[in-house]
Amino acid sequence: MNTSENGDNKHIVSSYAQELERLDNLILEMGGRVEAQLSAAMEAIVQRNSEKAKLVIEADVEIDRLESQINELTINLLALRQPMASDLRRIVSAIKIAGDLERFGDYSKNMAKRTLVINSAPAIRPVFGIARMSERVQGMLDNVLEAHVNGDVEKAKRVWSSDEEVDDAYNSLFRELLTYMMEDPRNITVATHLLFVAKNIERMGDLVTNIAETIHYAVSAVVLDDERPKRSTVETEEVVAPAD
Amino acid sequence: MSTAETVIHDADQISDDQVAVTARDVCVYYGQKQALFNVGLDVKKNEVTALIGPSGCGKSTFLRCINRMNDVIDECRVTGTIELEGNDIYDPSVDVVQLRSRIGMVFQKPNPFPKSIFDNVAYGPRIHGIATRRDELEVIVRESLDRAGLLKEVEDRLDEPGTGLSGGQQQRLCIARAIAVRPEVILMDEPCSALDPIATARIEELIDDLRQNYTIAIVTHSMQQAARVSQRTAFFHLGNLVEVGPTKDIFTAPKDKRTEDYITGRFG
Repeated sequence: MNTSENGDNKHIVSSYAQELERLDNLILEMGGRVEAQLSAAMEAIVQRNSEKAKLVIEADVEIDRLESQINELTINLLALRQPMASDLRRIVSAIKIAGDLERFGDYSKNMAKRTLVINSAPAIRPVFGIARMSERVQGMLDNVLEAHVNGDVEKAKRVWSSDEEVDDAYNSLFRELLTYMMEDPRNITVATHLLFVAKNIERMGDLVTNIAETIHYAVSAVVLDDERPKRSTVETEEVVAPAD
Repeated sequence: MSTAETVIHDADQISDDQVAVTARDVCVYYGQKQALFNVGLDVKKNEVTALIGPSGCGKSTFLRCINRMNDVIDECRVTGTIELEGNDIYDPSVDVVQLRSRIGMVFQKPNPFPKSIFDNVAYGPRIHGIATRRDELEVIVRESLDRAGLLKEVEDRLDEPGTGLSGGQQQRLCIARAIAVRPEVILMDEPCSALDPIATARIEELIDDLRQNYTIAIVTHSMQQAARVSQRTAFFHLGNLVEVGPTKDIFTAPKDKRTEDYITGRFG
């Protein structure tokens, strides 16, 4: 992470600088992989491709492996370098980001598992709404990783406040899926799985905002307060069945 | 350069009655060379204030101003004001010997007198007339050694020479000697730099205990030590006080780039 306050100043101990760089690269690699996993999991749903879903399930171990590597490196850095100030924030942030990315990866894996069930039943329309929602979250993840690389606080803040759209998309999908269930009870199994998929994606959006908060703190030492624009994700309104 | 730079002070306001030592516009010159530039710093009561910075930044010079140790250097000149409990310590009427009994000092290398352990500690109270009778002195010596965490280790050999103790014990003996005259402030100039980690940990534990009764200012090259023992940290650079604030803020989120570069080990 290029923390802007540091300018171009290099560590006197170059091996320390290299380890910090390696930490950043591992975060990027992990971020790239979880993004690819979400993309593949969504394709598996849209294309009704169970083989692809199985690949997503199998590839999750790679993400877990990267998280372990990041955890090990951070523990070593804390123990051996006794980091201070921006280095300390950067290292502690790496553990948090890796944890969020790992969870993000788990949601993709969970989506892929549900895909195997979804594909065994006839297709229903809201799948495309879910795909759009997923693209939005992927875009957020992209931006947050870029903010991480450049130590860009403003970009991190923009990602942080853009989660509202995902919440909106989830709420409208929720209504749509309920309508499908009421139209034809045979849709209930698939629609319920899709509802969980949509919920997973909505949670992934939240994880990206967590990462944005972490980056913001690592770079600026300022904790973003809890005034993020948010839609309630708990649908409390009654959904009325359409007239026959 | 003689104008004051903008110093970053911590936001929390310190009221006058919480301050033991107040320094304002302190400049120090060694002959033609200016070593400190308009330093303004409050040392809070019953707290440990760490002074950090690269070699030659003026942190030890500042520490030595607080008990007028710089007086002994002929070409050294100090301007500005330093007050102890509101009284100017550079006022011509101040008795320097008396002042140094109120502001004790512990040095980098343990420097016990070539006398018995007992006499090392009893020396100050004797010359300051705090106690004269052997039984009175004994109370002070034992109490001081106890506070310095050394009594248990030496109580059966108080008549043996202080120089026969280990380095860490000698340093604690020097701390006992400093507190025997009941100072208000204890200045420590890299008290652990000659000690091993165990002896260092003992001194650090002691510093934490002593803070209940004394005000402590410590110069240290070890950032980890500053972080471990102090509540406030002041960073000096090239004779300027750059930033002062709560230790946890200085080491997690320093505001000045020079502080950041120094504590993270970057080229400034």
